[in-house]
Amino acid sequence: MPPSILTINGATHSFEAGQTILDVALGSGITVPTLCNYKDTTPTGACRVCVVEVEGARTLLPACATQAAPGMVVQTESPRVVEARKMVIELLLASGNHNCLVCEANGECELQSLAYRYQVTTPDFANPPDTPYYYEDDNHMLVRDFSKCVMCGRCVRACNEWQVNQAIAIGYRGAHNKIVARGDFPYVNSDCVFCGECLQACPVGAILDKHAIGQGRPWERRLVRTTCPYCGVGCQVDVHVKDGRMVKVTGADAIPNLGKLCAKGRFGWHFVDHPDRLKTPLIKENGAFREAGWDEALDLVASRLKDIRDKEGPEKIGGWCSARVTNEENYLMQKLMRAVIGTNHVDHCARL
Amino acid sequence: MTTNPGPCAIVPTDNLKPEVLDRLEAIIAGRRATPGNLLPVLHEAQEIMGYVPAPMQAAIAAGLNLPGSDIFGTMSFYSMFAWKPRGKYIVRMCQSPPCHVNGAENMLQALQAELGLAVGQTTADGLFTLELSACLGICEVAPAMQINEVVHGNLTREKIGQIIADYRAGKAPDFRQLPYSTKDYRHYKHCPAEPVLMDNVGLIDPMEIQAYLDRGGYGALKKALTTMTPEAVVEEVKTSGLRGRGGAGFPAGLKWSFTRPLTVTPKYIVCNADEGEPGTIKDRYLMEGDPHKVLEGMAIAGYAVGASRGFIYCRGEYYLSQHRLQHAINQATAQGFLGEKLFGTDFSFNVEIRSGGGCYICGEETALIESVEGKRGYPRLKPPFPGVSGLWGRPTVVNNVETLSSVPAIINRGGAWYKSLGTPDTSGTKIYQVIGHVQTPQIVEAPVGLTLRELIDTYGGGLRPGRSFKMCQTGGASAGLVTAESLDVPMDFGSLAEAGGALGSGTMLVMDESTCVLDFLRAVAVFFAHESCGQCTPCREGTLRLLQTITRIYQGRGKMEDLAFLERLAATLQDASYCPLGQSAGVPLMSALKHFRPEIEAHIQEKKCRAGACQAHPS
Repeated sequence: MPPSILTINGATHSFEAGQTILDVALGSGITVPTLCNYKDTTPTGACRVCVVEVEGARTLLPACATQAAPGMVVQTESPRVVEARKMVIELLLASGNHNCLVCEANGECELQSLAYRYQVTTPDFANPPDTPYYYEDDNHMLVRDFSKCVMCGRCVRACNEWQVNQAIAIGYRGAHNKIVARGDFPYVNSDCVFCGECLQACPVGAILDKHAIGQGRPWERRLVRTTCPYCGVGCQVDVHVKDGRMVKVTGADAIPNLGKLCAKGRFGWHFVDHPDRLKTPLIKENGAFREAGWDEALDLVASRLKDIRDKEGPEKIGGWCSARVTNEENYLMQKLMRAVIGTNHVDHCARL
Repeated sequence: MTTNPGPCAIVPTDNLKPEVLDRLEAIIAGRRATPGNLLPVLHEAQEIMGYVPAPMQAAIAAGLNLPGSDIFGTMSFYSMFAWKPRGKYIVRMCQSPPCHVNGAENMLQALQAELGLAVGQTTADGLFTLELSACLGICEVAPAMQINEVVHGNLTREKIGQIIADYRAGKAPDFRQLPYSTKDYRHYKHCPAEPVLMDNVGLIDPMEIQAYLDRGGYGALKKALTTMTPEAVVEEVKTSGLRGRGGAGFPAGLKWSFTRPLTVTPKYIVCNADEGEPGTIKDRYLMEGDPHKVLEGMAIAGYAVGASRGFIYCRGEYYLSQHRLQHAINQATAQGFLGEKLFGTDFSFNVEIRSGGGCYICGEETALIESVEGKRGYPRLKPPFPGVSGLWGRPTVVNNVETLSSVPAIINRGGAWYKSLGTPDTSGTKIYQVIGHVQTPQIVEAPVGLTLRELIDTYGGGLRPGRSFKMCQTGGASAGLVTAESLDVPMDFGSLAEAGGALGSGTMLVMDESTCVLDFLRAVAVFFAHESCGQCTPCREGTLRLLQTITRIYQGRGKMEDLAFLERLAATLQDASYCPLGQSAGVPLMSALKHFRPEIEAHIQEKKCRAGACQAHPS
């Protein structure tokens, strides 16, 4: 079957069955702004930022959720489209406390980008500054600040479609709509496992990494791609570094995790700079630890293991390895136990 | 940063009592196999304690294998579910536009004084909880309220005092014993033309199938099943020109003809009995007075399109309708008019009632489908249309109660006969509703084409003495206003649309010159802000700003720039909203600006209400 043709902004483009107007536009280098659209999740067409004008349609249509059709004539930046987008952006800016000055998302906020692109400022009819909003910071990992929430629902889809934790949903109705966990309880009292996928999906500053607050703007941070040190999956992470210190970790859009992380990979990195972290081996003498060098410590371990093997037999020794180390290191551990010590007592904690 | 604890502050520590848990488990077990079981389970569970506390939500989540977040997300969407303790009697005061123009705000004050409560509060003795309802569907007795299942209409201060005293004294009526929810249809003034829909209402016992059979009931179903092919039934309905009576006016036969040839099974018939459009009260009379006619229409539709299962999605406030329909289903199934292999043919048809939860948007067919599936009533993107992909992704015909109730007569007497009634634009008869500032608000079935003047003068008893006609909101809260110049327009879909109104559900909210157009618009805006589902930005945020801006002008704090903003906002609502609710939320406003701009501007520039109705600045 030959590819079908549609027209966008006066130029023809070919498309395949199943593609949306947004797919075709992006594939052809035409930028259509979006907000609620989120990678590989069901398009909801809810935020109405991506609305486009389609000849013959009674109303504007969401590009993200409208299938391309042969002969369609689409305008992505007509005056009618721009007017609707501006009003939608005004309404979103009015709905919360969108003060960029102290917002963590400043510089990477999608609402801010939209406001800039269409030169929209907070309108007169916005909620007054003293409007109360739900604010949740009773856990160690993230903060939910609903004064910034634009109800795009990306966090809900990230939770339900990416991580399949099903911990959050959209609750209430109309302007009272709110992201809710079980019973509308805080995350700590809900089914949430703190993977932080909602945080990564949030296009604004409504869900924040608690420990990154005030620790540097996006443009002050350097990204270092590395492998998560926890389990054997080998998730790729972007470590955000400012002034030589870690600020936060986000999932990298790479194999195998495609952006996803678990609670440990995303939030469990504070050992790196922790003052309690061991920096040298310790040797216990007379009931107390003293610092030692690596050669001394390894010599001591080797001699003690040899003593035990010789006197008590290799069956008195077992090896316990960690999910924190690589497969290769785990292999070496069992090799050490089996071939050097001569025992089959080797095990692994399997998960952390 | 302000911390608003919200409902999270009420983390429950109580465990469910064993007898509560037993009942709950029985409910869950009984519904486990039902598809889309969450709403029925929530309705039944709520009966145990009057609300659904968090431990109960958790038990339902476990029992139905649904995420806990979905339980709360879904139940909090529907007005009729509660997760905090409530009183024994839920007093719901209607604040819909029809009740509003009849003084609902004053009655609310009286009610608050009588109960000593603010809205949302419960009396210390645990007897009453006061709630507001966006519309109760009892506009012929406006201003009105509902206490649990029972309607109390035509309220006055004295009446409210008496009603509350009766409840306090333990005299609570049983809704099942009442002959009707509001008024006796037989006491209304009737159109001399032969009725097609209302021929039985008030004349037969709706709880007795034999009464329906004695008047030829289920004869059309038998005729269709035993003498006609499904295609012939579709053709007959096409010939009749029957247009959907829910409001959109889409030709029913055409709708059926899209679903008929599809080979995907199962297919479904959904009867839209949500009747949420303010001012709309007609389907209730059919369901309460002649429930078998609705069932017969559904079964014929099922045969025509090849569906063997039907759902009636009835609004939650219509307790008596649901009670009578369920009884009718039981009787019809027992006597072989519903169920397996009807009239000795291979055709089987079963009907189940699903109750809404106080949600206008669930009258929109795709939101209704989501609701039957047990989810939040969020409209779906169209296409695909329900006729191709509806309930659980299967072909689904959604028709209004009045539409389906017209079908038996069309089968009995032929499409051509039906086509001969009404106007060329809209054939058949229509149940018109005349409410608001008329002497005798009522419904009347008449051949389509009645004029507004006839409806008001002949059936509505005319305006109140000494009052003159100002405007009429046609077809429901989402339609435009017409003024005196449109009084003689025949009320069919085409003519009313041309006049700037809409036939919609056939309800006509009449307002005399004592009505302030801004006060009316405020009531409409309250309705839309309350009923917006919140899925899309323009409607979620826009209906709120519409309400705030109109209220500000009404209170004498408006600026002329507000009007320009309202026009921009209404345009975006119409152009960029997800579904018809948002698309029409600004229509009454635009229509009012067209007809009554000087009156609205006077509120801003002169701080003066020409109707003398605004409390903020009497004329």
